[in-house]
Amino acid sequence: MHDLIYRLLMNLGLPVELIFFIWAGLMFVVISLVGQVAVVFMVLMERKVLAWITQRKGPNRVGPWGLLQTVADGVKLLFKEDIMIPGQDKFLFTAAPILFFAPTFVIYALLPFTDKLLGLNLPIGLLLIFALSSLSVVGIVLAGWGSNNKYSLIGGMRSAAQAISYEIPLVLSALGVALAAGTLNLKTIIESQNAGQYGIFSWYWLSILPLSFVIFWSSSIAEVNRSPFDLPEAESELVSGYNTEYTGMKFALFFLAEYASLFGMSVLMVILFFGGYYSPFGGLLLQKWFHINDPILLEFEMATWLIIKTYIFIALAMLIRGTLPRLKPDQLMGFSWKFLIPLSLVNILSIAILKLTWIGTGLKTIQAGPFTFVVPYIVAYGVLAIVLFLILVIFGNIFKRKVISRIQLQQRTV
Amino acid sequence: MATTATNIPQQGVFLEKDIDTNDMVVNIGPQHPSTHGVLRLITTLDGEIVKNIEPVIGYLHRSKEKMAESRSLYQYQPTIDRVEYLSSFFDHYAFVSTVEAIAELEVPKRVQYIRMITMELNRITSHLLWFGTFLLDLGASSPMFYAFREREKILKLFEDLTGARMMYNYYRFGGVIADMPEGWLDKVRKVVDEFPDRLDEYEAIVTKNPIFLDRTIGIGIMSAEMALANGVTGPSLRASGIKLDLRKTNPYCSYDEVDFDVPVGNTGDCYDRYRVRFQEMRESLKIIRQAIDKIPGGDTAELNKRRAAGDETANEMDLQIYGKKINLITYKPPKGEGSTIVESPRGFLGCYIITDGSPKAYRIKWRGASFSNLSVLAPLMKGLLFPDLMAIFGSIDVILPEVDR
Repeated sequence: MHDLIYRLLMNLGLPVELIFFIWAGLMFVVISLVGQVAVVFMVLMERKVLAWITQRKGPNRVGPWGLLQTVADGVKLLFKEDIMIPGQDKFLFTAAPILFFAPTFVIYALLPFTDKLLGLNLPIGLLLIFALSSLSVVGIVLAGWGSNNKYSLIGGMRSAAQAISYEIPLVLSALGVALAAGTLNLKTIIESQNAGQYGIFSWYWLSILPLSFVIFWSSSIAEVNRSPFDLPEAESELVSGYNTEYTGMKFALFFLAEYASLFGMSVLMVILFFGGYYSPFGGLLLQKWFHINDPILLEFEMATWLIIKTYIFIALAMLIRGTLPRLKPDQLMGFSWKFLIPLSLVNILSIAILKLTWIGTGLKTIQAGPFTFVVPYIVAYGVLAIVLFLILVIFGNIFKRKVISRIQLQQRTV
Repeated sequence: MATTATNIPQQGVFLEKDIDTNDMVVNIGPQHPSTHGVLRLITTLDGEIVKNIEPVIGYLHRSKEKMAESRSLYQYQPTIDRVEYLSSFFDHYAFVSTVEAIAELEVPKRVQYIRMITMELNRITSHLLWFGTFLLDLGASSPMFYAFREREKILKLFEDLTGARMMYNYYRFGGVIADMPEGWLDKVRKVVDEFPDRLDEYEAIVTKNPIFLDRTIGIGIMSAEMALANGVTGPSLRASGIKLDLRKTNPYCSYDEVDFDVPVGNTGDCYDRYRVRFQEMRESLKIIRQAIDKIPGGDTAELNKRRAAGDETANEMDLQIYGKKINLITYKPPKGEGSTIVESPRGFLGCYIITDGSPKAYRIKWRGASFSNLSVLAPLMKGLLFPDLMAIFGSIDVILPEVDR
């Protein structure tokens, strides 16, 4: 399809620069459509999943099975009054939703949805994605400041603190993948996962980086402000957090961007840890089992696998939202700084050891097998145990107090 | 330029100098998702830390006490439901039994047992609603729906019995308005039998959740002295380790004939208050089960059969639903005064009535448990984090209509 369109444009006899612009426009439309449609379905899916958890039916009035509910909500938001209260910083208040919205959609241009459906195949794709995703917090902070509302301000400050804390473990755990694959290019990362011939078992979530995956997953949930890390919009104390004062389309932009960033993060996780667009049996099924080599059909298969995997993780995020209470800010920070960051450092150490041993044996990249992770992790957990022991010795008192409170809990006779 | 050189701060100067910070005053409420009604909390925040908190009440004042002076006691009775709408059987019991005490009306045993069953069922519905909203305050949305699912079943029982789901208006001076519908006790038994499983379900999803434990254990520790000094009663007091339950200490309404325990906590933190209320639901089930077995006359269907068969023993005083036939609308209690305190789901619910021989009350005074329980919020909150405010406020279970009346 890719080649077909490109050849068609070439045959029209247009200048190369114009073709480039048309091509860029086309890709933009396709990729942003992917994002929009994904978000529309995610909103409905979230409402349905939460309804099922709480034994309700969820939206079922607009369209068959409530399919058009999100569209109706979108139209409603478009026509709503845009309320500005006195004392707001007009410029920041208006700029904030755009600043929050734009980076989350730009990320889509860097994600390889299939082999060819990829806006930009950059050698530093992973780095750029993290750079962009950390930009979106600026929008939240400005929304908190520009709203002239104390709840919003607290929400914005919380969001800044959260972003600073959770970006570190997020990047460090993704760095493990980059180390293992030897590249920051997302397509190469996918290919190197597929190179190990064990399908689902040679993907990075199990073969090399189970710990990385857990760290990445928990910090990505925090990064996209979802429950139990949804402190910036904690409705029990902050009403609606940073978007309390927003109405109409400005609110819709926040709403859209939140889901879009969840989708983007899930896609990224699938790419880094779950073999991207390849099937769980290694390679592509159409090619492997049915010997079909039609490029368009193969593209479709790739996109299908990626979407299926992504939506599994989105569904898991929704289940978590329906199950867990919210953390407190100090617990949130503590979880990141005291637990995730030390763990991800140890994790990187283990990957580095693995990489060195592999280079020692003369291989350029790590050939992943089902149990590749065993050797480095024995070493790494040994280091971790020593570090923990030292921490216990040095800061023993803090832990003692905690342990005692746990014991008291068990002894209670209520 | 020389001036710019002097303006460059030396290393460390910025940190040594005090940064000018102001406390932020946040006006939480009157309209806020977590204030359980219309409570205004003037909160002084230092970042996320709560420095001071000042509850402002009175947004829901409906002059319930003054209303009683302009209408007859019977006409006043339906409005009592609105004093505390989540457990209005208790309001009615306090009111009705005060009038009964003034007029020295005898209450049949069957009525006492019906009142006991309804009050304990009502305690469960009230605690269920508290459970849902408390978890909602902690940020978990699903337990609310589970709690409402069970609450719905009990509300259905109330609907069968009284015709209303919230404003029951079922008790009368010396009795209840009508006997139980036939087969009602079996329905109660069915709900009561399947309820412990549901409680176990809640415990499985909530009580063992590490985030829940981290957010409640050691938060808002209310010492016994603090609780007594602020007049805290009910489960919140018992969570602090004081075993004070009016059903045990001053048994009313045949509570001395049933066997139950009074759950007590020992530290008085949010987790203890949670556990005490949870255990109370189990104890209430125990009471209801015994009351169903012991109720004089048994199910209404049997009683009616006995009466139809001409059995004279079925018409004795203890099996009636009215002690004495009185014309309710113009009922004139004798001149006097009396008071009752009931152990409501939130604590001591008191009613004090002075009558002057006319159908109206000369003066009625309500004592709501929530009012004094709310007063402990400010001392509990000092120095804790902003989200703890909602956890503590949820855990002491305040309902605003009872505060303002």
